[in-house]
Amino acid sequence: MSANSSTAAVEPLKNTSGKKGDGGKKGNGGKRNVSRPLVYVLLSLGLLVMSAPFLWMGLSAFKTQSELSASPPVWIPTEWTLENFRQLLDKLDLPLYFMNSVIVAVLVTVSNLIFCSMLGYALAKLNFVGRNKIFGLVLGALMVPGNLMLLPLFVLMSKLQLIDSYAGLVLPFAAGAFGVFLMRQFMQSIPDELLEAARMDGASEWYIFWRIVMPLVKPALATLSIFTFLGSWNNFVWPLIATNDPDKYTLPVALATFATDPNKAGGSNGMLMAGAFLIVLPVLVVFIALQRHFTQGIATAGMK
Amino acid sequence: MSTTTEKARGPRKAGAAPSPAPGGSRGRKPSMGVQNAAGWLFSTPFLVLFTVFMAFPILATLVMSFTDFGLRNVTRPWEANFIGFENYVNLFGDEKFLKSLFNTGYFVVVGVPLTIGIGLVVAVLLNNGIDRARTFFRVGFYAPVVTTIVAVAVVWRFVLDPSDGLIAGLFSEVGWTAPDFLGSETLAMPSLIVMAVWRNVGTVMVLFIAGLQAIPTEVREAAKLDGASVWQEFRGITVPLLRPTLLYATVITTIGYLNVFEEPFVMTQGGPSDSTLTVSLNMYREGFNFFHMGYASAMAYVLFVVIMGITVLQLRLLKDNTK
Repeated sequence: MSANSSTAAVEPLKNTSGKKGDGGKKGNGGKRNVSRPLVYVLLSLGLLVMSAPFLWMGLSAFKTQSELSASPPVWIPTEWTLENFRQLLDKLDLPLYFMNSVIVAVLVTVSNLIFCSMLGYALAKLNFVGRNKIFGLVLGALMVPGNLMLLPLFVLMSKLQLIDSYAGLVLPFAAGAFGVFLMRQFMQSIPDELLEAARMDGASEWYIFWRIVMPLVKPALATLSIFTFLGSWNNFVWPLIATNDPDKYTLPVALATFATDPNKAGGSNGMLMAGAFLIVLPVLVVFIALQRHFTQGIATAGMK
Repeated sequence: MSTTTEKARGPRKAGAAPSPAPGGSRGRKPSMGVQNAAGWLFSTPFLVLFTVFMAFPILATLVMSFTDFGLRNVTRPWEANFIGFENYVNLFGDEKFLKSLFNTGYFVVVGVPLTIGIGLVVAVLLNNGIDRARTFFRVGFYAPVVTTIVAVAVVWRFVLDPSDGLIAGLFSEVGWTAPDFLGSETLAMPSLIVMAVWRNVGTVMVLFIAGLQAIPTEVREAAKLDGASVWQEFRGITVPLLRPTLLYATVITTIGYLNVFEEPFVMTQGGPSDSTLTVSLNMYREGFNFFHMGYASAMAYVLFVVIMGITVLQLRLLKDNTK
């Protein structure tokens, strides 16, 4: 959060120094300005490289089979076609996988919002024996690579008969350490006096948490929702392991299985680009709409 | 315990302006009993999930790594036999595992510096080099981070396709023939690294931008007045003051890259001739294709120890320099 306040301080100074530089006399301001167009060119080139795979995907998804394999290459499709999408939907039950992905992501997000906030509140605002130990546990959990748990988790889920179930996909991610950390950081900035006043009035801790603290940390909840939803939406390894029944696949698992099975995709790059397009597009749209939350969330988790 | 936590947070906090003091740790005694009960009640859901789905599996992996846990044990886990360190001994005589260890190291040693370096340059250019369209560029560079890795890997496989791909198309426009990037033992891994850099540079950039904005403007202005060149300012001010961010970005990028799995899974399936077989992919195959779960558990633990070792090393190396 401190980053924001200093941005505000940086901007005006930058602008004035830029204007001074136009005269080309005053110290370094001038030098900086001369190189400014160059910086724009460099960044634009970088941006072109960054977006090239997306553009390639978007254009290829609408090309006909002959234009996909034309040589010399056809960059912009001359006749836009939906044939790739039609074929893909014939072979792959995308609406089903889409629903699976949405259901899992929503359940994971809701449970994280509740459970991470609860512990975040306890760690930030409640004085209890063992608090520091639990916080140490949370920090430790942040460091543990997910791959370490896969094998016993699979055995455990098999024993519980949760393979091919939503519960099996959701439970291991129902309360992430990152969420606890994020919520604790935000809740620390709530003034203690506010909570004390409520306690004086006889409010229960649950009431204080649910009615006072939660509404105050809405921006943090928004950030956490976005990250958790996206993490679940993009998650691959665990759903790959925890589903055998193709009807329970999530989108990434369905696409990966389709793409790596030579009998199915059979080198049809058009279909694969159509599939990637359908998975990536909603994420990109949501990201561009909510981009402020993304960058702030990362920065907050990193800086605090 | 509280001092260790403060220390762990130290390097990250140092770059930012002082954040509000940890709330309510001192000077409130009255409702101690109530707070104890409430504190534990609020912690319960997380602790239960943590115990069952994290702590237990972490220990179970360790136990399994000393057994011959196989397919039949998925239904009857207790019948697995203890075989001591056999799995670990076998691992270090296993050419395939050693190769996957080497490949993972290659991915990290080349990929991490590239990601951090490019991320830093983009962040500095964005933050100090321009004053318009910053959000536009930031969004553009960050977009790959949010996309589904599987979809992105499928797209990149086609981008690198030797006959119909994007690169092949560009090459043919100037009359060259594109190599078969993913089909070549020498080019497959560099191709995966390029893709990983492309996908992760945005995360690093955002971290560095936040770090740059936390550098007091006065420091920069002073350097400018003293006639420091852009390069001198970068070397003398930006890099030293960014050290905490640099540390954090390096550590998380390294951990992520050591676990690399999806890229080779979708793009090369570890090939050609295991040249892109990483430890995670190897572990997945041993565990879930061949059901050598005891052996795969040993792999998981070796990787975990490597990750821990490297993280601690990085924390030491990069932290000591700040003093």
